[in-house]
Amino acid sequence: MSASTGPFKDFFIDFQRCIGCQSCVAACAECHTHRGVPMIRVDRVDPARSPQTVPMVCMHCTQPTCANSCPADAIKKDENGIVHSAQKPKCIACHNCELSCPFGIPQIDDVQLLMQKCDLCFDRTSIGKKPMCATVCPSGALFYGTKEEIAALRPQSQPVNRWRFGRQQIETRAFVMVPHGVDEMRVDWDEETVLTQITLPAPEPATTEPTEERQFL
Amino acid sequence: MAKLTLPIDEYIRLYGPHISDSPVSGWENKPEPEKLVKTHCCFCGMQCGIQLAVSNNRVIGFEPWEEFPFNEGRLCPKGVKRYMQSNHPDRLTDPLIRTAHGFRKASWDEALDLVVSKLQSIQQKHGNNAFAMMSGVSLTTEKSYLVGKFARLALRTANLDYNGRFCMVSAGGGNKKAFGIDRTANSWVDIPKAEVVWIAGSNVSECFPTLNHYIWRARDCGAKLVVVDPRVTPIARTADLHLAIRPGSDSALNQAILHELIAHGDVNQAFVDQYCTGWEELRDSVATCTPEWAAEICGIDADLIRQAAHLWGGAKTSFLLHARGIEQHTKGVENVLSNINLVLATGRIGREGCGYGTITGQGNGQGGREHGHKCDQLPGNRDIENPEHRAYICKVWGITDEELPHKGKTAVELFEAVDTGEIRGMLNICCNPAVSHPDTNFLRSCLEKLEFFCVIDFFMSETARYADVVLPGSLHEEEEGTSTSAEGRVCRIRAAVPPPGNAWTDTAILLEIARRLGREQYFPYTDNEQIFNELRVASHGGTADYYGITWKRIEEEMGVFWPCPEMGHPGTPRLFEDLKSYHPDGKFHLYPTPYRPSYEMPDKDYPFWLTSGRSVFHYLSGTQTRRIKFLVDKFPGPVCEMHPALAQRLGFVDRQLVVVETRRGQIVVPLQVTEAIREDTLFIPYHWSEKLAVNQLTVRALDPISKMPEFKTAACRVRAATAAEAERLRSDYKNLRIEAGTV
Repeated sequence: MSASTGPFKDFFIDFQRCIGCQSCVAACAECHTHRGVPMIRVDRVDPARSPQTVPMVCMHCTQPTCANSCPADAIKKDENGIVHSAQKPKCIACHNCELSCPFGIPQIDDVQLLMQKCDLCFDRTSIGKKPMCATVCPSGALFYGTKEEIAALRPQSQPVNRWRFGRQQIETRAFVMVPHGVDEMRVDWDEETVLTQITLPAPEPATTEPTEERQFL
Repeated sequence: MAKLTLPIDEYIRLYGPHISDSPVSGWENKPEPEKLVKTHCCFCGMQCGIQLAVSNNRVIGFEPWEEFPFNEGRLCPKGVKRYMQSNHPDRLTDPLIRTAHGFRKASWDEALDLVVSKLQSIQQKHGNNAFAMMSGVSLTTEKSYLVGKFARLALRTANLDYNGRFCMVSAGGGNKKAFGIDRTANSWVDIPKAEVVWIAGSNVSECFPTLNHYIWRARDCGAKLVVVDPRVTPIARTADLHLAIRPGSDSALNQAILHELIAHGDVNQAFVDQYCTGWEELRDSVATCTPEWAAEICGIDADLIRQAAHLWGGAKTSFLLHARGIEQHTKGVENVLSNINLVLATGRIGREGCGYGTITGQGNGQGGREHGHKCDQLPGNRDIENPEHRAYICKVWGITDEELPHKGKTAVELFEAVDTGEIRGMLNICCNPAVSHPDTNFLRSCLEKLEFFCVIDFFMSETARYADVVLPGSLHEEEEGTSTSAEGRVCRIRAAVPPPGNAWTDTAILLEIARRLGREQYFPYTDNEQIFNELRVASHGGTADYYGITWKRIEEEMGVFWPCPEMGHPGTPRLFEDLKSYHPDGKFHLYPTPYRPSYEMPDKDYPFWLTSGRSVFHYLSGTQTRRIKFLVDKFPGPVCEMHPALAQRLGFVDRQLVVVETRRGQIVVPLQVTEAIREDTLFIPYHWSEKLAVNQLTVRALDPISKMPEFKTAACRVRAATAAEAERLRSDYKNLRIEAGTV
């Protein structure tokens, strides 16, 4: 489904383009509504092996697991498909949303006792601007526009918004860019794939005995 | 004498760096901006367009400038948070004079009287050239031109040089030899049209984040990417071919690539014969440079070299980019020429999708290096020893040839002359050699020998701590002017706010010193546009010709590419479209670049390679970025990258504190164990000072042509830190994160 109604357009993430610069994080924090607190983060995938990083931002699920698991009914999806932060009077900071989101996005602010998350830069996108993160992203890992625009710009890849986490199927408002021929992102954590896909930790080093106790910061 | 009169910790307590993390208004009371000022980022040669949000004469935030064609709103985190340098608590707002215990505030009159009297006394006793000037290319082009004229006509010294000597002079040297002009040959719009993008020695993703978009646009169209780098940088991670060569082996690699191009008939013989000189000599010079020969020197597989040669040889269009990784060597110019040879041998230059360029590192690294900022240069990239060039500039400046000094010393030579007593005094603007000079322990000893040292800066840099007088100058957002981006586009820098407190603009300071030296007749400017208009005339007829560029045109056209020799000329985004170089013979010049070892090669005492570079979160010597909390949080201090195989062999673990040592000094750093680096090479970024400066370890050896120091290779060894060393590092690290207002 496409939620490009009214002034709103679609959000695309191309993980392979991420260069780890955290410009999205820096810019998100500048928003008037959340005053220095970013609603996006950049994760390092396996820093011991590779500089690969990925921007992690709300995918705005069609059937949001966070909202479905909220016992206080504090998380709402609006008519534009945007899933908003928890409503302050209702949120009981129970962490259900944090635990249930398959993407690991919602986070409870333990001072405010409130779940805050990306609302697709509602104050910008509702007046036809791009979200801050997708405006500044220097590598194009984050893109805001129409499917037609991204198809014309990036003929080597295509957007998908269907996910499978084990038995849970999810459709998201945000898309990820994948090679042609891929129609679904599968994260199947059954026993077999766990055993074949997880990289084992590197063997404990120290072939020579340290002359004295190791020092750390 | 220029000496520290306080403990380092005390300078930090008084003047920072402190970290600051909110707009001057605070987050809660942040007002709506009264205006958005369209200008450019003060960091790096991309010169991204940005809008600064201003309220009540204060910069309170930013807004992307999506209409600016190069970056269309895209920014790196330094650009996003840059506005926090404005109104920073560490900002210098009064002239300072050194006392027996630090500094005291002084009036401008007192401070400038002292500067002028010391300057005159040194010059009377030891000659005009005993007083030197060091400058930098974060300055606008107007200020760079002014510094060039100021040093020659107000200070009347030959000894002016600039921090580009630590940055990309080898690229300029190579470009001038091959092309007769020092500029990237194409605008970046040719990158997405290339079939192969070749990046040699540039961590594009961290040093030039917004350029990544152009590389990815090429890949969106199916382009192949080749990256030559000892590290798996974020851009190298995605490359089709990553040639992780040993630091300093670039010319050997390129000789072998050329050998393969010749062997497989991939040389554009018609182009080489018609438009180049030196082909036979170059061809013969690589006759024995097989991939196996190079593989031995470069420490990579010969087949990988063949694959890269095949990819390059078979392309119809291409763009070759390089940066400091190949340039900061004692053979930097040769490395540059060896890359240019690959471009010229295939004839892929001067047309759509066929490009070449060095990626200029500093904000105005391009514009600032064209108009007399260098010790051997006059405006328009003229040669200070060329009689015709001198005559033209003498006419523009209204002086005789006798009044125009000749070639002075280059940056490192200049400090070496301080060491020997030949140079006694120095004025330093926009440069922090205490961090950015190689072999900083030597550099500090030179600063201590200066009889008089004056620094113009907006923060108390580690260099300024040594000054007798510190004059508070202006930030980028406090003065009108222009800069020229790495693609040769002249951009308008706008003043968003005036300098705060008693701070003056850099221009006002230089003009006032000139006046007090009785030289005001040469500096009759009432605004910076007049300086630009004089520069236009002074550059006219030189290779870097700005004559047809006006501030108004830059604003209306969102930048103009030089050369632009006449009014109404459209500017020149792509050089060499007529397949002519800027040499008198119009030919592209090929030069053999036989591989030779670096100044220092690993041996049994110092068995590993040490290389240095940048982090995406910091800019140059860190004077600005080490004061912004977001950037410091993300990358607080130096770390040393080491491959796990080497770490295991040496018995080290991730995050362990180690001591990396060279023949010049040592640094205590936490290890970052990662497979993203060669097993024989260590990497440490360079943005920090004193005991945290990797430049304590680097060598002062220079490229014979460009006089560029060899920042990119040194022989090092490594051992575990002792408890005492670790304790000191913890204290130094703690000092990096002192929040403003907490002391």
